[in-house]
Amino acid sequence: MRKLRYREALREAIAEEMERDPNVFLMGEEVGYYQGAYKVTEGLLERFGAERVVDAPIAESGFAGLGIGAAMVGLRPIIEFMTWNFSAVAFDQILNNAAKVRQMSGGQFTCPIVFRGPNGVARQTGAQHSQSFDAIYAYIPGVKVVAPATPADAKGLLKSAIRDENPVIFLEDERLYGVTGEVPDGEHLVPIGVSNLVRQGATATVVTWGKMLPAVLAAAETLGREGVECAVIDLRSLRPLDLAPVYASVAETGRALVVQEGWPYGGVGAEVVDRLQRECFAQLRAPVLRVTGRDASMPYNKHLEDLSIPSAETVVRGVRAVLAY
Amino acid sequence: MTETIAGFEAATGLFRVLDDAGGVFPGRDPGLDDATLTQIYRALRQLRLLDEKMLIVQRQGRIGFYGEVKGQEATPIAAGFALRHDDWVFPGLREGAVMLVRGFPLATYVAQCWGNGRDVQKGRQMPSHYSGRAVNQVAWSSCIGPQIPQAVGAAWAMKLQGHDRVAVGFFGDGATSQPDFHNAANFAGVYKLPALLVCQNNHWAISVPSSAQTASASFAAKAVAYGIPGVRVDGNDALAVYTVMREAAARARAGGGATLIECVTYRIGAHSSSDDPSRYRKQEEVDAWVAKDPVERFRRFMYARGLCDEARDAALTEALSQEINAAIQEAEASPALRRESLFEDVYAGLPWHLDEQRSDLVGRAPAKGHGEH
Repeated sequence: MRKLRYREALREAIAEEMERDPNVFLMGEEVGYYQGAYKVTEGLLERFGAERVVDAPIAESGFAGLGIGAAMVGLRPIIEFMTWNFSAVAFDQILNNAAKVRQMSGGQFTCPIVFRGPNGVARQTGAQHSQSFDAIYAYIPGVKVVAPATPADAKGLLKSAIRDENPVIFLEDERLYGVTGEVPDGEHLVPIGVSNLVRQGATATVVTWGKMLPAVLAAAETLGREGVECAVIDLRSLRPLDLAPVYASVAETGRALVVQEGWPYGGVGAEVVDRLQRECFAQLRAPVLRVTGRDASMPYNKHLEDLSIPSAETVVRGVRAVLAY
Repeated sequence: MTETIAGFEAATGLFRVLDDAGGVFPGRDPGLDDATLTQIYRALRQLRLLDEKMLIVQRQGRIGFYGEVKGQEATPIAAGFALRHDDWVFPGLREGAVMLVRGFPLATYVAQCWGNGRDVQKGRQMPSHYSGRAVNQVAWSSCIGPQIPQAVGAAWAMKLQGHDRVAVGFFGDGATSQPDFHNAANFAGVYKLPALLVCQNNHWAISVPSSAQTASASFAAKAVAYGIPGVRVDGNDALAVYTVMREAAARARAGGGATLIECVTYRIGAHSSSDDPSRYRKQEEVDAWVAKDPVERFRRFMYARGLCDEARDAALTEALSQEINAAIQEAEASPALRRESLFEDVYAGLPWHLDEQRSDLVGRAPAKGHGEH
């Protein structure tokens, strides 16, 4: 085991897969000469050359479309969005093309492509830089969606995503890039569609993913000191979901809370709640609650931004609300 | 750009090989042998006749939609002959028939419009969205333009893999207003990719005239801004389109980069079976273009060359008619799709949540549980 930063784990995954498969290439804004807007791709241009680490003109819909065309004829592109917010410009290519190529062609053509970049709130970057795209992309049949919370999962899931035969939406996080964690030596793959029981606990079940995991774990520590033991499940994959460990935990706790950074309306958290009320109705002793971002575009103002996103404190309050029912 | 069209005002002129009477302009004969010319003529006639019959089929309610090619046959047919079989084709609405020239079976092609068990796309596309993996042709996207950067992406792949293949993206004059056109031309220019961007300027994007799409001197002239050659060619002249595409493809194969080709043509028919063009354009305009009909012009050329005459033409009409009738009959009689096929090809494999949906549809318990893989 070594300790790596989240961004280093991602870089290692990209480099290993580019080494393994000559059809893998990376394209995006600032990925080459500038070494990546968040330095995820540092050193890759020197190592793999300008034909495989490609600085693209500023046109998300353009390089998303190029990547899809290249994937349809045999390459395995990794397309970096400087942030997922800018993927809005490329949405038609992802929604109407990448996600549908396999199905609409009757399986004649496939689109093995990874779209990746930071998702969600970066802190004080305003509404157009701060959105969570989890729900938007997880809604679409034909794509897989993953959101790793740790360096080990970042590496293992990215390697799996690059090898996947389907388009994969890979949601990273600007505020996780510098986080350090243990990453197994050697070949390390984390399968897509498998959640992770991160913390055991018999009092309440907390389900989350991505950047909310550290806040949830901090809340669980706080509650643990009061004798409230929370099981924490990191979904890791948002499509397909793996809820078997959630059901098993809820069978024990009878109480569940879902924590997501994004807007409350619909979404992945709502999907989890729907599944829970159908699958665990008899075991539930309280309604399943959610702690989410506020239902407004993100302000730049720090105080108002703090109030807009979940924190360890609001998660603690959420768990208490579930327990108080 | 090349020896054949050297000195020609590529982006604002109009490159022609055939005159209106079917004669050949001096020095412009591409030198095709009689057998190939006969095949081109046959393919043009086949596509015209196929349209006529399929439109009747649509009017009879046997298929839901049809996109006629009438008046624009020269470009897809010439492309089919100008390209190599391993080149990639990304068509728009009116270029599906490139694949017919490249050996795709007619009955299977027609079955796409029924979307039944014979359709290689398994009924997932509306009619006139043809594709065939066997002939390197993908289907277009119903939004206007996305196939253009995809074609450039395929060209990128050809370059990266060291193939001397080209990728061709087709689109209409209306599509040049889309960001996707700009993206495609820009990336193709910046990366010097083996791509042909072929604009069929048929003068109408449904009811919007090409004069309302751009203030540019021509569509080909837009190439200047992307640093790639632009050629304006008579799109009703199969031999002119053949010549230009052949040369652009050869240049691309040799590492010379992309070309924007504007094929000047006219949509004689409606935009689709859902459109009535008499509501927005004058019959005199249509009549003027009917006089330049690409199939009729090629017919005059064939007669002048002595490669066809009325007797042989009548026999060809009869043969094509029988062939198309048989293909339509065969396509229509093909088996239905299994209802379970609804969930196939959404992903490689069947994830548990689709297994759950499938089980719900067919009324039996799911094979896999939540989160089982």
